[in-house]
Amino acid sequence: MMIFIWVCLMLVFLTMLGTMYRVFRGPSVPDRLIALDGIGVMLISAIALISILFDTRFFIDVILLIAIMSFIGTVSFSKFIERGEIIERDHNR
Amino acid sequence: MKTNDVILQTTTKLVFFIIFLFSIHIFFAGHYTPGGGFVGGLLTTGAIILLLLAFDLKTVQKALPFNFTIMTGIGLLLALGTASGSIFFNVPFFTHAFDDFTLPLFGVTSLHTAMIFDAGVFLVVVGSAITIIQSIGGDS
Repeated sequence: MMIFIWVCLMLVFLTMLGTMYRVFRGPSVPDRLIALDGIGVMLISAIALISILFDTRFFIDVILLIAIMSFIGTVSFSKFIERGEIIERDHNR
Repeated sequence: MKTNDVILQTTTKLVFFIIFLFSIHIFFAGHYTPGGGFVGGLLTTGAIILLLLAFDLKTVQKALPFNFTIMTGIGLLLALGTASGSIFFNVPFFTHAFDDFTLPLFGVTSLHTAMIFDAGVFLVVVGSAITIIQSIGGDS
């Protein structure tokens, strides 16, 4: 079982390398945005696997925190792509 | 350009409270488990930033009518006051006291003075981060 979890961890990190390539060499900005979101999901799954390996519950809060931060980052990036400014002074101007 | 982002605004109205409650949980979990004032303050800042993304500066200023600069000052005063309160009891600076109390509805709870210091850190982090965001995002 331990070897299975280590192999899963290796696969998650290899996938993270693949998406990292897409972040660096992405032809367009939305490609990089989706790749960054995917890196967030892979970080969450890697932390869950590490939490199983270490047999501790302390990483559950970290998983929720990374999910929230990744959500806010994705929302702000997509708003920047769509509208050009992230925080506007007056909404219906 | 007038855009219609109903989905983002409706989601934000719900998710803001989830993130805020999680930040309060992580703030109170601080002493024995991961968490504390700094991370809780950053999460509250994230929740307010989500409000700023979905709505605008004017609406958020109307919904949360705080002066965040004064909030930073109150937090610093709280943290330094707690830290320097220990020297009146003839113990070193930053010494913290704790004891077990029996509260109604909570049972036996260990109350620490380090938590008041953490509340100060929380207010400092929220106030300074929101001040930075407001003054960066406010020019146009």
